[in-house]
Amino acid sequence: MSTFIIRRIVGLIPVLFGVSLVVFLLLRLTPGDPATVMLGERATPESVARLRLEMGLDRPLWQQYLDFLGRTVHGDLGRSIINNDRISDELGARFPATAELVFFAMIWGLLIGIPAGIISALRRNSIFDVASMMVSLLGVSIPIFWLGLMMIYLFAVWLRWLPPSGQISLEIPFQRVTNYYLVDSLLAGNWAAFKSVAQHLLLPSLVLSTVTMPILARLTRSTMLEVLHQDYVRTARAKGLAQRVVIARHALRNALLPIVTVVGLQIGGLLGGAILTETIFAWPGMGLWMYQAILQRDYPIVQAGVMVAALIFVAVNLLVDLSYSLLDPRISRT
Amino acid sequence: MAVLQERLKLPAPAIRPAQGQWRDLLSRLWSSAGARIGLVILVCFVFLALLAPVLLPYNPATDSNLAQRLLPPSTLHPLGTDDLGRDELRRLVYGARISLRIGLVAVLIGASLGTTLGLITGYWGKVKVFGLTLDAIIMRFIDIMLAFPGILLAIAIVAVLGPGLNKTMVVIGFLSTPGYARVMRSMVLSVSTRDYVLAGRTLGASDRRLMLRHILPNCLSPLIVQATLGVADAILAAAGLGFLGLGAVPPTPEWGTMISDSAKYLTTAPYLIFFPGLAVMLTVLAFNLLGDGLRDVLDPQLRSR
Repeated sequence: MSTFIIRRIVGLIPVLFGVSLVVFLLLRLTPGDPATVMLGERATPESVARLRLEMGLDRPLWQQYLDFLGRTVHGDLGRSIINNDRISDELGARFPATAELVFFAMIWGLLIGIPAGIISALRRNSIFDVASMMVSLLGVSIPIFWLGLMMIYLFAVWLRWLPPSGQISLEIPFQRVTNYYLVDSLLAGNWAAFKSVAQHLLLPSLVLSTVTMPILARLTRSTMLEVLHQDYVRTARAKGLAQRVVIARHALRNALLPIVTVVGLQIGGLLGGAILTETIFAWPGMGLWMYQAILQRDYPIVQAGVMVAALIFVAVNLLVDLSYSLLDPRISRT
Repeated sequence: MAVLQERLKLPAPAIRPAQGQWRDLLSRLWSSAGARIGLVILVCFVFLALLAPVLLPYNPATDSNLAQRLLPPSTLHPLGTDDLGRDELRRLVYGARISLRIGLVAVLIGASLGTTLGLITGYWGKVKVFGLTLDAIIMRFIDIMLAFPGILLAIAIVAVLGPGLNKTMVVIGFLSTPGYARVMRSMVLSVSTRDYVLAGRTLGASDRRLMLRHILPNCLSPLIVQATLGVADAILAAAGLGFLGLGAVPPTPEWGTMISDSAKYLTTAPYLIFFPGLAVMLTVLAFNLLGDGLRDVLDPQLRSR
């Protein structure tokens, strides 16, 4: 088991180097000199020269990369070009909003997608199966930014059930501590704030969950169909076990491995989708921040955002790999 | 010997569907309701895209007419007009040309790069370069590309490069390479062990001949499925980039850009957002349906996935 973990972590080292190299080179993709591009065409030669010096653009590329790597390892993600703020500070304030959004999108995906897949597999070719697979296919085909706008129109503009954007109503007094709004309001016992945050979170998280829900439903259905035909399921049934026990303990447990793998991979889709969802709903997380940075050509923020998202993605998939041995004891022995 | 070689070579070319087999494939595809719907939608969009200049002649330079801005749907403008007074339906129809082109070009780039990489790593994977196997090196590169979540890297790259339709297509295509490479690699690994490849090798066929005539044609089925679904992904990703202002540059009638241009009129003219989004969804759905149908027809092992 421990050698499996060590081997997996060692295998990550080249990937992490590669990721940092790609992120580092991202800024060099700018047509022409990065400093000029960032400052715009009307910048004075002096200010361009100053930025070049600040960014270390006058030194060899490999030295710049090592500098970048050293700073990143120490948690220094550089500074914003627009206001010279430390990116890591702003990230600390922005990350929790994205984490809450992605977490709940994943929760909806799991709570709706997996049961839908199980029921579809059990009642293959029933109306439910056909309908849920059709909805799934529509789900993977919908552009989420469009779905978001349509949901805002339906629930916020027309029905007025939910707020159209933001993270909390501004008139509600609210003390930020961890920047996880749900946690903060809950710990403070501030129910008005908690309700407002939950209302603001519902629509964006549901919209974002359409990235992952259909994929989970389709995958659960197909793996369950495979597993249900296995001998051990027939044996369990022959023993006279209740349907519920057969499904939960024998079938689902064995179908879980591919599902967990895909859940890990879906975190990537959710982080990518978050930039669109946050832009639509003015959700003040990393995605909206990156979008605003793109508009202002504040490339170090874009760079940092991509880096952090990739690190989270890699870390989640490491956890997924490590969880295999918990889910399936056979794996740790090989 | 030559006769024997001729005979042993047979299986590879024979796998490629002849005229009758294409027809058979199409009829089997047609028997699946999903693929049938997908094909019909797709034919409609292709038809619209091809005939757009005939059906709705259009001159981008004189298209805007501020006297007619934000008109609601009427007989003259079935889908209304946008904030520059341009006919929404016409822009939508021309948008089909753009989205289909994005999908096809991106997939061509991704699939050709990915197939080549997959073929090389599957076939020459054990060759050592600087002490590492070629397979380890290429797969490590692919791991690095896959470590970036979703369309985030595409967004970042196009953001730095500056907006543009061609850049969008190339970046989306390039970033889709790993999927094709992985599919191809696993197919090559399994196909290479088949008897007909062994026979070809025994008869002295060159590596190139083995790869291109014996192995590649037998790896095509999953690749076709992947490419069809890839068109759907590419169109969706390009619409997302367009929405963020990174895709087509105005006044190009790209669907994602049209949605983002009209987003501020959500409360007053929601139809300006509804129809371009519907068009994206239908096109993507068509390719997804077709891809699923093709998978069922071409790849019986993966049926119902």
